Parts: sequence; structure tokens; C-alpha cells
Amino acid sequence: MDTEAAINKLTEKFSGDTVKVVLQKGRRAIVTVRPTAISAISEYLYKTEGYRFIIASALHTRRGFEIYYHFSFDADGSILSLHVILDGEKPHIESLSNMFGASNWIEREMHELFGIDFLNHPNQEKLLSEGNWADDVYPYRKEFK
Amino acid sequence: MSRKTLIPIGPYHPLQEEPELFKLYCDGEIVTDIKWETGYNHRGIEKLSESKSYDQVFFLVERICGICSTSHPFAFANAVEEIAGIEITDRTKYIRSIIGELERIHSHLLWVGLAGHFLGYNTVFMWAWKYREPVLDLFEMITGNRNSYAMFKVGGVRRDIENSNIPAIRKEMSVMRKKLDLLTGAVMDDPVIHARTKGVGILTRQDILDYGAVGPTARASGVDIDVRRDDPYAAYPLVNWKVITARAGDVFAKLEVRLLEMYESVSIIEQCIDALEKMKEGDIALKINEIPAGIGTGRAEAPRGEVFHFVVSDGSNSPARHKIRAPSYTNIATFKKSCIGQTIADATISLAAVDPCYCCTERMAAVYDNSSGKKILNANELIELSMKRTAELRKSGARHE
Repeated sequence: MDTEAAINKLTEKFSGDTVKVVLQKGRRAIVTVRPTAISAISEYLYKTEGYRFIIASALHTRRGFEIYYHFSFDADGSILSLHVILDGEKPHIESLSNMFGASNWIEREMHELFGIDFLNHPNQEKLLSEGNWADDVYPYRKEFK
Repeated sequence: MSRKTLIPIGPYHPLQEEPELFKLYCDGEIVTDIKWETGYNHRGIEKLSESKSYDQVFFLVERICGICSTSHPFAFANAVEEIAGIEITDRTKYIRSIIGELERIHSHLLWVGLAGHFLGYNTVFMWAWKYREPVLDLFEMITGNRNSYAMFKVGGVRRDIENSNIPAIRKEMSVMRKKLDLLTGAVMDDPVIHARTKGVGILTRQDILDYGAVGPTARASGVDIDVRRDDPYAAYPLVNWKVITARAGDVFAKLEVRLLEMYESVSIIEQCIDALEKMKEGDIALKINEIPAGIGTGRAEAPRGEVFHFVVSDGSNSPARHKIRAPSYTNIATFKKSCIGQTIADATISLAAVDPCYCCTERMAAVYDNSSGKKILNANELIELSMKRTAELRKSGARHE
């Protein structure tokens, strides 16, 4: 199955939750989805389709906080990034760590650096600066003028 | 009530790639739980990268890891070239792959040596490191540096591998095969190494998928993934080689995968230099004027597994966001599975088996009694405990069942 067919299957199944699809050159795709659907779509990718969770990347932009969840489909070497845009004031999203352990550390890291709350995370403690960094200061946040 | 003890491993050693503190909770000699703290040496590389030009970022990411220092520039180059739609020259592809594979050989030899040391086989340690030395000499000849080679840039490499250098590489590769035969024979046929590593620190296929572990750690548990084959880059689709896997998921399987992978690396390097010889020297870089706005993901198979770089460009001279995931980030989390239920003496090699950077195991600080806080064992005594177990097994002529 090529990347395009896999994306079509995904957008058909979750037609109400996918906002935008960007197919890049080669084996890369970015699918913007509604934050409320992240658990269901990730579960479909991980359990049904056999994708592997690589990592998530958070960004702070003028649109708010954005997270790219990168999934790898090793059978054809493609990377599917699920993209969500979160509220700029109180960013929060459902944690994926109860589904697979691979997202445990990165969610803690994003919570610590960007102040994004991961709901139902098993242990949302600081990962990098335990005990020596203020609680409500998030080093990777930006100030937009 | 039994007395539980806490064994801290870490947190600091200036030689480590990833300084962190592991707390092993033990009941008698058995590890019952493990917790960790990281970030002791958080360098903010992702943030620093946003303030450097694309050319400078290569030098920055090269310093993430001292052992596999070329895998990060490799993945970063793949990501940036994806954004800019750059197709590098064939000569560049071969040179990049040669550097990547030489690095795999020296990194795996380093691991085998240290695994030998922790098992109490200092001869293996001495020989593996002796074999590693000429590989570093090759690096010095090709790049000018024994480590942190500064070879990569957007659209090419900084230095060519000249035809006059090729005989030295070819000679070393043929000698390396014989050295690997000797080392593999000595390690794989030793009954005591079997007894110490077989059935120890087992990771099942499901554990690997759950934690997203990569590299030899995943391949030793039967998860057949290798970015070089799955998501081809550089010269890997142009040469013949195979991905090494094992099924058992224990320390021995990881040892086996790493030893056999080195043969594949030798073969890849030989094919690459054969191809280089037939090409014109000097065609090693494209002129790149600017990086357009866009998003790029780059992957490279480091000795420890898949390195992942995510770069967001806003069209300026620096990345707007640069996310980096090193393989140990996911591999280290598997300790929760591999160490629990093991004895302390086996925990040493189980922790080391994912190659979290070997210095991690040197952080063995001390054993404290949980209730009184009194020091019971020091670092060297812990390693001695592991070595003593090997010596006892050797004496009794034990074999793995």
C-alpha cells in the first residue's frame, strides 16, 4: 500500500476528524486532525495498521501550540505525522501513554518545556529539570509581538 | 519484612552521552523496580539550533554524541535536503555511507569490548579496542579527525575520499574481516559468555513495539526494522547487504546482532570504495543558495538505532524548530522490562545491552541501605560482583541449559 492509499483509508475512516492532508514528496504525509480525535486515530494506526510511534514534536507558533505525532510505517518506510493545533492559553490533549510506553517520556518533556497538559498521563512529572526549575516557567515558549 | 535496598546508578560522568540516574530497588539480590531521572546535562540543543545557521547546525548536532557523531548530521542533512528538494550526487552518497558504516564498526567494537569488560573478560575488551583503533586511524586519514568528523553539509560532504586513500581502506577492510572472525569465534563459542548472557535481560517483541525501541535492541527481539533498508537514503539502496536479526531478545542476541552487523558494514564499505574508484574525483557538493520554507523529516540508522530529525523552516537562514530524537531515548525506557526480576550482577549487563552509551554503567556509584542510608558497596565492588559471577561459572564449567 503506498502512502497515498494509506492516507485515503485514514481520511475515509475519520472523515469528520481530519482537517487537512499534505502529501509531501517521497514517503511523507502530514494529516491535520482535531485534537479530540488523537487517541482514536493513534489507536487505529498503532493497533490496526501496525504503525510505530517515533516521537512527537511540539511547536509554539502564532496559531497556538502545535504537536506533530510522527508515526513510521516500516513496511514501506513512510512517515505519517498527525498534526494537532491546541489552544494558546491552556493547551491540553489526551495522553497516548496508556496505549504505548513510547510516548511517555516525550509527553513529560512537552509538558515541561511548553506547558502542554496531557490528560490521564500515568506520571506527568518533569523529565529534564527535576527539582531545579520553576513550575510555571516554560523555556521553549515564545513571545509574539 | 524483607529489607529492600536502593542502588543508584549515576547520575554524572563527564564521558557519558546521556547522564541520568537509575535507581534500582532491590529485594535481596533481585531487582524489583527501576526508576530514573534524566536531564542532568540538558544542553538545550534543540533551542540552540534555532539560533544557528544551517551550516552551523551540522557542527552542533555532531556534538550530541561522541561515539556516533556522524549519525545526527546524517539525519539532519536528510531532513534539510527533503525541504529543499535536493538530490545529492552519487559520489556524495557513497562517501556518506562509508563514513556511516566505519562509524558503525568502531561503535560496535567499542560495545563488544565493554561488554567483555563488564562480564569479566578483559581479554575481549583489550582485543576489541585494539581492532577499533585502525578504524579511527582511517577516519583521521579521510576526514582529518578521529571523532566529530565534520564531513557533512547541505547538499554534499566537505572532503572527498581521494583515490590515493582507497588502498588503505581496502586493506583495512580485508584485515577487519579476519579480526571479526577471530572475535566472533571467541565470543560466540564461549560457554561462560553463553551462561552469562543467554536468557538474561529478555525483551519480547511486544516490549519493543510498546516502547518503540529501535536498532540492534529491536532487531535482537525479531523486530525487523532498519531505516537504511526501509526508508533508503545515501548509497544503501545502491549496494548489496542484509539486515541482521535474532529472535531471543536476550543479551546474547544483541551481541550476535552487533557482531554480524559489522560484517555487513565491511561489505558495504568495500562496495562503496569500488564504486568510488570508477568515478571522477571532486564531485562532492552542490551549490545551495537558500533553504525554502517547509517541513522536513530525516532519518538515519545510527549504530544504536534510528535517529530522527524534524526540521521546520520558515525560509530564513536558521531552522524555526528542530526536534531531535536519538535512539537511546526510546531504548533506555526498555530497562523497565529488561531489568526487573534480574539479579544485581545481571542488571549490569542488561543495562549495558541496549548500548545506552557504555559509560552509563560506569556510573555505578554505590549501594545504600534504604533505611539507614549506610553505604554498603562501591562502584568497583559492583563490577567485581559481576566479574566474580563469571569467574565462578568458569570454574564450575557451567553451560547454558
